[in-house]
Amino acid sequence: MPMASVTERGLVGASDRPVAELGAQEPMDNSVLGLWVWLSAEALFFASLIGVYFLLHTDTNHGLTPQTAFDLPLTFVGTIILLSSSMTMALGYNQMRRGNVVGLRRWLVATAFLGLAFLAFQAKEFTGFYSRGLTLSSSPFGSSFFTLTGFHGLHVLFGVFWLLSLLAYTYKPTFMQEAKTKVQVLGLYWHFVDVVWVVIFTFVYLMGKVG
Amino acid sequence: MASISGTANLPRTGEATAYRGLMAWLTVVDHKRIGQLYLMSGLLFFLVGGVEAFIMRLQLMHPNGHVVSAAVFNELFTMHGTTMIFLAVMPLSIGFINAIVPLQIGARDVAFPRLNALSFWLFLGGGLLLNSSWFLGGTPNAGWFNYTPISGAQFSPGLGVDFYDIGLQIAGIGTLISGINFLVTIVNMRAPGMTWFRLPMFTWTTFVTMILVLFAFPPLTVNLFLQTFERLFHAEYFNVAAGGSPLLWANLFWIFGHPEVYILILPAFGIISEVIPTFSRKPLFGYVSMVLATLAIGFLSFMVWVHHMFTLGYGPWVNSIFALTSMLIAVPTGVKVFNWLSTMWGGQLRFTTAMLWAVGFLFTFVLGGMSGVMLAVAPADLQLNNSYFVVAHFHYVLIGGSLFALLAGLYYWFPKITGRMLNERLGRWNFWLMFIGFNVTFFPMHFLGLEGMPRRIFTYSPGFGFTFWNEVATFGVFILASGVLLLVMNVVRSVAAGERASADPWDARGLEWSISSPAPAYNFAKIPLVRGYDPLWVEKMHGDGRMIPAPQAPGAHHGPLGMVHMPKPTIVPLLVALTLVAAGYGFIFNQLWLEVLALLLLGVALHRSMFEVDPGEYVRVRPEDEEAMSAHG
Ligand code: HEM
Ligand SMILES: [Cu+2]
Repeated sequence: MPMASVTERGLVGASDRPVAELGAQEPMDNSVLGLWVWLSAEALFFASLIGVYFLLHTDTNHGLTPQTAFDLPLTFVGTIILLSSSMTMALGYNQMRRGNVVGLRRWLVATAFLGLAFLAFQAKEFTGFYSRGLTLSSSPFGSSFFTLTGFHGLHVLFGVFWLLSLLAYTYKPTFMQEAKTKVQVLGLYWHFVDVVWVVIFTFVYLMGKVG
Repeated sequence: MASISGTANLPRTGEATAYRGLMAWLTVVDHKRIGQLYLMSGLLFFLVGGVEAFIMRLQLMHPNGHVVSAAVFNELFTMHGTTMIFLAVMPLSIGFINAIVPLQIGARDVAFPRLNALSFWLFLGGGLLLNSSWFLGGTPNAGWFNYTPISGAQFSPGLGVDFYDIGLQIAGIGTLISGINFLVTIVNMRAPGMTWFRLPMFTWTTFVTMILVLFAFPPLTVNLFLQTFERLFHAEYFNVAAGGSPLLWANLFWIFGHPEVYILILPAFGIISEVIPTFSRKPLFGYVSMVLATLAIGFLSFMVWVHHMFTLGYGPWVNSIFALTSMLIAVPTGVKVFNWLSTMWGGQLRFTTAMLWAVGFLFTFVLGGMSGVMLAVAPADLQLNNSYFVVAHFHYVLIGGSLFALLAGLYYWFPKITGRMLNERLGRWNFWLMFIGFNVTFFPMHFLGLEGMPRRIFTYSPGFGFTFWNEVATFGVFILASGVLLLVMNVVRSVAAGERASADPWDARGLEWSISSPAPAYNFAKIPLVRGYDPLWVEKMHGDGRMIPAPQAPGAHHGPLGMVHMPKPTIVPLLVALTLVAAGYGFIFNQLWLEVLALLLLGVALHRSMFEVDPGEYVRVRPEDEEAMSAHG
């Protein structure tokens, strides 16, 4: 094999490595790497929204303020629900690893259900705010609050859509051969959306209540 | 599209077979054809933006001009800037990136071919939506950076700004997806031996550009959403009277906007770094410092955004810090310029048209960089801001920098992309007319700026003393425009009847020149083994001038003999993009049924295609592509 060590800048080196190693240049599956890259853009997206919220949340237009508006117990329950959905997602991944498609389906349904429950709590919270006069257009606080939490809610909704879509797909006969990255990628997304919520809950709700 | 399907009809047995004619374009997934689509659309939008500029220069040629009204003038400069930046220069860069980067790293396609098609259709859809505003009652008119409050509902009550917000949003999502795609492609799809420090410079600059895309576009996305919500749903973010902050828009915009100008220039740097070594017959001087400089520029580009807002009153401390970081960028940029000069030093120079553009780039880009550093001096900028000096600066970097480099790339890679050569004689005329025309047009703008002529005024009085240089500038535009016409002629003629290109017409150095022109559908009959930096040159010096096939990793998947497995064409990306564009129109015209219908269809399309594993299809390898590779290996 003409792996001659050629001597110009940097010519020896990697080409002299064994072939097996050369072929092993693909350390992470394309879709998993792609998802990580996408999530880093998503992180910047939410960081910008959180920045906007921090800039504007003190401008309340004589309406509700973070202290007077937030109903912590209600949001806390929603938070617990969303966090437990991360657990059910992980359990689903485990079932998939064991080759148990029925178990996977069960946990996908549970995760989607918890996601929807979180959204129900958020809807209840939002309608409460609206009835008390805090709306998307009532003040910069309201606008920036609803954009931040609303976009997060949309991400949860998209996640639920993804879960159910994948659930339907598990009935394809060849599913288990492709299952690993498909479930892994969805899991990453779902955990990411949860982590974003933890940040929102801490910095918007808890710190908002403290003042 | 007739001209390009001419290319498609070249004898290529190594062609994916599913569709022919128009359908082949609508279902395209091949990165090379997507590259062609980007280049063609970019060129078309460039002509549209050019016409807009031409009308503005006619209006400004004499004092008290009345070619267009003040209102139309506002629309012209807004659409000109937006079109040139988002719909011309960026797509032209992405076009070359698509056409060339997979070839340079020895890959058969990008990591996500279908997402690649989606990127293109979103860009085209967003661009067409934006430009449809000319006919649909309301063109954006608040400038390309669309500052609040002038872009708010109070001062821009029409639909124009909505077209801006939603058009750019759709095109921007496409760009973001491109970013993800090429980052994964460059990390994961390099041929064996193509280590990080053997990556061609164009691939390196693409990599850093895409990181900038990834981090710069989300703030823009957020900004556009905020403005959309403010204008359509009466949210309050920017309105001072309601407690909002107009500076919020400005900051988010420039946090995106300055990295954006480096998204426009870094691929250009990459092209120059390919062209100069080839036509100097020398390896790129200071490769490692080039890589480090690119990384440094990428990093610094996020630290300078306030230099666009020196006059917004952040005070001497903030301004000083951002003045310093801005000037700092000149250091890695200078490193690059000296490396290019050193590459040429003592080389066997060949002044082909591509090389002329590259050398022209060196000259004009340095001038643009110098006016940039002058603007970065905050106290000076208090005078220069919003004057024609700024206009001169950014045209020197954007035309004299990005565009000249893109044209260098066009003359250089056209044979690889179409299989035909551009005419060199026309090319020389094209270069000299545009180069001279450009300088005659834009150099006087430095003087106009220093004399106090504000940018974006639609006319001026004879007594202001602006007349002479404005006449000179408009005179220059005629030279520049005749150069552009020659360019268009050259491209059209060569696509149809240009001289056939050999695989390696320039005696060049990179992997893309080791395969036939145009490249077959599968790019490489066998994945090549990269034995050094400038892989083809290594084989020319130390091998038989052809690439050696990489040894197959044990356990590698084998298809039928003499066949290559390639992605299968599909129309789904186009349909997905269409649903988003339709939803965009729904929001602009406040048609709830259209929004709901479009988003439902989007859901269906996603559900149907999200998990589908591309079955792919086999393409037969042409014997000549086998022979283009070394036999042993
Ligand atoms: C040495 C590097 C550079 C420095 C120090 C620099 C500095 C500046 C400064 C201070 C401004 C703001 C002027 C004002 O509005 O008062 C500016 C504007 C601008 N620069 Fe640069 N620049 C540099 C390179 C570039 C490059 C490479 C590009 C793009 C290819 C670029 C594109 C622009 C654009 C488009 C604007 C105008 C934005 C607008 O107001 O419409 N600059 N530059
Ligand atoms: Cu800047």
